[in-house]
Amino acid sequence: MSFMKKPAVRHPNLPVNDLGLTVRDYEGGMSTLCAGCGHDSITGALVQAAFELSIPTHRFAKLSGIGCSSKTPAYFLKDSHGFNSTHGRMPSVATGANSANRDLCYIGVSGDGDSLSIGMGQFAHAIRRNLNMLYIIENNGVYGLTKGQFSAAADVGSKSKKGEANLQPPIDPCQTAITLGASFVARSFSGDKDQLVPLLKAGMRHRGFGLIDVISPCVTFNDHVGSTKSYEYTREHYHPAILADFVPPAEEIRTKYDEGEAMPVKLHDGSTIVLRKMDQDYDPTDRVSAITNLMESQTAGEITTGLLYVDESQPEMHELNNTTSVPLVDVPYDTVCPGNDMLQKIQARYR
Amino acid sequence: MNSKPSVNEFTIKIANVNGTGSASANGLLMRSLFRMGIPVVGKNYFPSNIQGLPTWYEIRASEKGHLARSGRIDIMVAMNAETYRKDLEGVAPGGYLIYDSTWPRHSLLKRDDITIIGAPLSKMCNEHFPSARARILMKNVVYVGVVAALLDLNLEVISTLLNETFAKKASLLEGNQLAIRMGYDWARANLETPLPFMAKTIDKTSDSIIIDGNTAAGLGSVYAGATVGAWYPITPSTSLMDAFKGFCETTRKDPETGERNFCIIQAEDELAAIGMVLGASWAGARAFTPTSGPGVSLMSEFLGYGYFTEIPAVLFNVQRCGPSTGMPTRTQQSDITSCAFASHGDTRHVLLFPANPEECFYSARDAFDLAERLQTPVIVLSDLDIGMNDWMCKTLEWDDNYKPDRGKVFRAADLEKMESFHRYLDVDGDAIAARTFPGDHPKGAYFTRGSGHNMYGAYTEDAGEYQEVVDRLRQKWETAKSYVPEPLIEYSDKNSIGIISIGSCDEAVREAIYDLGKEGLGINYLRVKAFPFNGDVQKFIDDHDKVYVVEQNRDAQLKSLLVLELDVNNDQLTEILHYNGLPMNAAFVTDAINQDLAKGEAA
Repeated sequence: MSFMKKPAVRHPNLPVNDLGLTVRDYEGGMSTLCAGCGHDSITGALVQAAFELSIPTHRFAKLSGIGCSSKTPAYFLKDSHGFNSTHGRMPSVATGANSANRDLCYIGVSGDGDSLSIGMGQFAHAIRRNLNMLYIIENNGVYGLTKGQFSAAADVGSKSKKGEANLQPPIDPCQTAITLGASFVARSFSGDKDQLVPLLKAGMRHRGFGLIDVISPCVTFNDHVGSTKSYEYTREHYHPAILADFVPPAEEIRTKYDEGEAMPVKLHDGSTIVLRKMDQDYDPTDRVSAITNLMESQTAGEITTGLLYVDESQPEMHELNNTTSVPLVDVPYDTVCPGNDMLQKIQARYR
Repeated sequence: MNSKPSVNEFTIKIANVNGTGSASANGLLMRSLFRMGIPVVGKNYFPSNIQGLPTWYEIRASEKGHLARSGRIDIMVAMNAETYRKDLEGVAPGGYLIYDSTWPRHSLLKRDDITIIGAPLSKMCNEHFPSARARILMKNVVYVGVVAALLDLNLEVISTLLNETFAKKASLLEGNQLAIRMGYDWARANLETPLPFMAKTIDKTSDSIIIDGNTAAGLGSVYAGATVGAWYPITPSTSLMDAFKGFCETTRKDPETGERNFCIIQAEDELAAIGMVLGASWAGARAFTPTSGPGVSLMSEFLGYGYFTEIPAVLFNVQRCGPSTGMPTRTQQSDITSCAFASHGDTRHVLLFPANPEECFYSARDAFDLAERLQTPVIVLSDLDIGMNDWMCKTLEWDDNYKPDRGKVFRAADLEKMESFHRYLDVDGDAIAARTFPGDHPKGAYFTRGSGHNMYGAYTEDAGEYQEVVDRLRQKWETAKSYVPEPLIEYSDKNSIGIISIGSCDEAVREAIYDLGKEGLGINYLRVKAFPFNGDVQKFIDDHDKVYVVEQNRDAQLKSLLVLELDVNNDQLTEILHYNGLPMNAAFVTDAINQDLAKGEAA
C-alpha cells in the first residue's frame, strides 16, 4: 500500500528524547509487507532503538539489497538517506559510503537470501574489513517475493508450504560471522522486542561490524507446521543465552545484577553493554566458546539468542587504513590536490 | 649488405625470457635515446605469466615523431633461444641481429640478407660477476652496452641515468656501470661501430616526458580530487591503482600522523568494486575504479543501477583482447559497444576515448567533472597499449585555478533555506536534477532505488510516472552532448578522403596520413573523443564520399555505433579493422586504403 501516506497527526503527549524528537520522527513510510510479517516488528524495534539513542535522524544512512527485508528501510527513518541497492550487494555500497563519510550511523538491512546466497561473498568481506555498521539479517528461511523457495538458512528437514523437505545443511550467519572475525554478533527474534531493542542500540553504538541475525517468520510462506522458522517453532526452541542491557554514556548502571552474572562491556563512545548470562558456561567474549556453544545448540535444535560474541578491541576499516578523522566528503579539494608545482616535481622521474 | 645510413629513425626489438630482469635494461636503452633528444616509444609484448615465457620490448626512435608501432625491425637483440628462429625471421632485410655467442647457435638458422653479430654476453658476465642472479641480470645490461656502441649512444647519458636510478643502491650502481662498460668496450674493440643505424643528439624531447597511460590516469585521478578508489586486480589495469596509491602516499599523507586523505579498498571482486564506487559517490566523494573487459562484464548490473538512479561514477576500462579471458596481455578496442550499453534495459553510458597517456591524465579530470555534472557513470576507455606502454608525451600541466565541477548539489546551507527537496525533479530544464549527500540535513533525505521511481523519488509502478523518468534520462543524454569533449578534426590541404578513428589508433593513423600524403593522397582526419557523438561528426561523414573507420576490433564497433546513433548509412563508411592483439602500425592502414582504392579503380 505504498501510495498510502501515514497521517502526520501525533499524540500531543508522546514522550520526547534528548533531541526533543518523538518516536514518530524516527518512523518511515507505510509498510507494504504482509500483515503479521516479522520484518515489520523489526522495523518497529529499529525505530524505538534509534529514538532512544537520540541520534539526529539525518545522521543515519540506511542501506539494503533486494527482497522483502530489503524493502523495509523505506519504512523507518524517513529523514535519513536510503539506498536500496541490487541483490546481495548492499555490503559493498555500505563500504563505499562509509569510506566517504565515516561519521554516519550505517544500518544495513538484508535477508537470508540476500546475505547467505547471492550476497555471501560481500557479506563475508564486509566482516573481514570490520566495516563500522549495524548489519541486520531478517531471517525467515525462505524466498518470499518469488513465492516460497528455500533459502540457504533453511534447516535440514524443514518443510516448505508444499510439504517438500529441505535436504541441504543451513548456513548459520552467526557462526559464519564469528569464524570470519566479526566483532559483534547477536541473534534475536522479531517476536521479542524487549531483547531486540537493546541489541539494536548496542549494535548501532558498537564500533566495527555488528551483525544481528533476527529470526523473522514469513507469515505467508514459512509459518506452517513442519517449518523451523515459524512463530510457533521459534517460540518453542528459543533459548536466550546472553541478555544485553544497553547503558548510554554518562548514565549510571542502576539495575542490580548478581555477582558473576553481569559482565559490563565498555563501548568506544563511552556507553556500556551489561551482559547477563542465562547460561553460566557461555562466555560471549571468547570466540571458541561462542562457536562451540552455537554448534552444540544447533545440533540440539535450539535457537540460541542474545549477544553471542563481542570484541571491542578490533580496529575498524578506517583505523586499519589510518584515514583522516575528517570524513573524506568534507576534506576540501585544495587539501587533496597537490598543485602544479608538485606535478612538475613528480614528472622529473619520467624524463 | 649494409643498409642506407639512417640517423634517428630505427626500431630495436629485444627478445627476452620473462622474469630475467630485462625490463629495467630495456627501459634504460629507451630512456637514453629520449635523453639524447630523440623522440622514442617503448612497447612491451609480454606474456600472461610470471616467469619463463617469451617477452619482447620494442623501441622505436623517430626524429620525425612517428611513434606508433613501426612494423619493421632494424636491430634484433635475440636473448631467448626458444624464440630465436622467429626473431631471426622478423628482422627487416639489411638489418642486424645480435645474439649471445657464449653458446653456439644452430647452424641452419641463418640469413644472408641481414648481419648477424655474436657477442659473448654470458661469458663476460661469468668472468666478472660471482653470483648466479647477478650473471642473469647483468647480461641484460651488457647487451645495452653493446647496442650503445653500435648505435653510438652517448655513454655519459647512460651513466647519468644509472646514477639516478641507483642513487640509493651503491652496490648495484657499480655492477651496472661495469656491465655497460664491458659491453660497450667489447663492441668497440671487436665490431665495426657504429652501424648505419645510429643515434645523434638532437633537441626534440625537452618539453616531453615518458609515461604510461595507467600512471597518467592514476595521477590525473589524484589531481581531480578522487578520494576513494575501489578495485579488483586485473591485467592490464592494475598499475593504474598502483600509481594512484603511490601518488597518494607521497602527496596525501600527513607527514606527522601518517593519516591519509584517501581510502583505497581492494575489493573481493569487480561487483563489489563498483558497488563501493557508487556508495562513495552517493555519499559525496569522488570515487573511481580501474578495470578491464571482464571486470566491466561483472559490473554491468551496477552500471545500470548507477545510470537509473543517477549516481556519478568513474571507471577506467583498460581494454585487452577478448572475448572471454581472451589474451590479457594484448591490446584491443573491443569493449566500445559493451561499455556504451552496459547493463540490461534501456541503458547508455558516457564514454571518453583518450588516445595517449597525456589524454589519460586530462580525461581523468574530465571524467570526474562529467560524472558529477551529468550524475551518471562515465567510462574512460583506454587500452593496454596506452595503459602499459611507454609513450612520449607533452609535459603535464595543472591549472591551479581549476575547481571541480561537482554539478548540482544542495548542501546543508542550501537545504536549510528550502521548503522541500525532491531528488528527481528537473527544475532547470536540462534534465539534470539536484542531489544531496547523506548526513547533511534532514530535508535532503531521499531514497535511492533501482526499482521504478517517479520524479519525486518515490516508488512507482505507474506507467506514466515511470516513463516520465526514463524520458528525462534520454533528454539528459542530449544534454550530455553539450558537455563531452568534441572530436578532433584535422583537414589536409587536398580534402578528398576521410578517416574516422579512435583512441590509440591515433599515432598509426597520423603516420599513415603522412605516408599517403607523400604519395599525393590527401586525407582528412576525425578522431572521436567521446560518446555520445557531438560536434561535427555527422557533418564530417556527410562531407566526404569516402570515409574509412579505423579501429582495433573485429566487429567494427565504432562504425556500428556511428550508424546506430547518427543519420548515416552503413555503406557510407568503410571499416579498417586491426584486432590481432598487437598495437596497429601505419603500414596496416596505408595498405588497407591503397588496396581499397585500387579495388575501386578496377571496378
